Amino acid sequence: MAEQHTEHEEHPPHAVSYGQYILIWVGSLGLTAATVAVAGVDLGRWVIITALGIASIKTLLVLNIFMHLRFEERVFRVFALVAAVTLAIFIVLTFFDYAFH
Amino acid sequence: MTLHIGTAAVNGHSHRDDTGSRMGMWLFLFTELILFGGMFIVYAVYRFGHPEEFQLAAQEMDTFVGALNTIILLTSSLTVAMSITAIQQGRKAVSMLLVSMTVLLALAFLVNKYFEWGHKFDVGLYPRAPELLSRQPGEILYFGLYYVMTGLHALHVLIGVGVLAYILFAIGRNRITSTSYVRLESGALYWHLVDIIWIFLFPLFYLIH
Repeated sequence: MAEQHTEHEEHPPHAVSYGQYILIWVGSLGLTAATVAVAGVDLGRWVIITALGIASIKTLLVLNIFMHLRFEERVFRVFALVAAVTLAIFIVLTFFDYAFH
Repeated sequence: MTLHIGTAAVNGHSHRDDTGSRMGMWLFLFTELILFGGMFIVYAVYRFGHPEEFQLAAQEMDTFVGALNTIILLTSSLTVAMSITAIQQGRKAVSMLLVSMTVLLALAFLVNKYFEWGHKFDVGLYPRAPELLSRQPGEILYFGLYYVMTGLHALHVLIGVGVLAYILFAIGRNRITSTSYVRLESGALYWHLVDIIWIFLFPLFYLIH
């Protein structure tokens, strides 16, 4: 049965090595250290931008490697993008409403 | 795909569609994104309205505990991801060990959270506490959001522990194997989402002072 499946599947299961995962983990730890270090510096408006920027990079690492988004069929990435854009529209519309009250 | 389903039916095999199963999990995760996303919007609006009071309230946070919990969740994401590689290679014991480590790290996160909340309660910073109500409106809002958002996240961690415990049991009983491990993949996807939510909660609540 397993053989039949691989025969018909367009993408055979992608195995990520331990080394690749550990590399992403080390990178995420480094980014965590960076976000804590940067928080002590008074950057004014840039505080929130750097914090969310670093969080977004960490999220992309988790999505692409840990959650295998990079190795899935394209439709998975399209779905994820649609979900992210939907949330972004909610945020932008909320702030338009809030700013012009 | 149609050919594939047909072949499976003719041969009397049960139909299996791992890609479809994973997609179902992703769709569920998008509903979680909207659930937490709505809360992040509420946070953003209130913080926009009370920037100084949010910064003042955040000074009550212990950055060390927050950073420690971030490291714990990141490491648990690593172990559950590695457990998939292990099961793909047919290393059942290694896979079970890695899932067990994930469960232990999840429990460690909850223990930290318990002591953290306990300390807040001790100093009178719990919802509707007289000490908290005597503070400025922005600080009250901050702590309201803190309890709701980290509380809902902690609930997800607790559910994750249940899911991972089931997965551990299923690997042990050979219901999850090197040729059929989509349940481990789906459980891992859920666990990574819990990690991602915390990646945003940590800077927004602990690092704004």
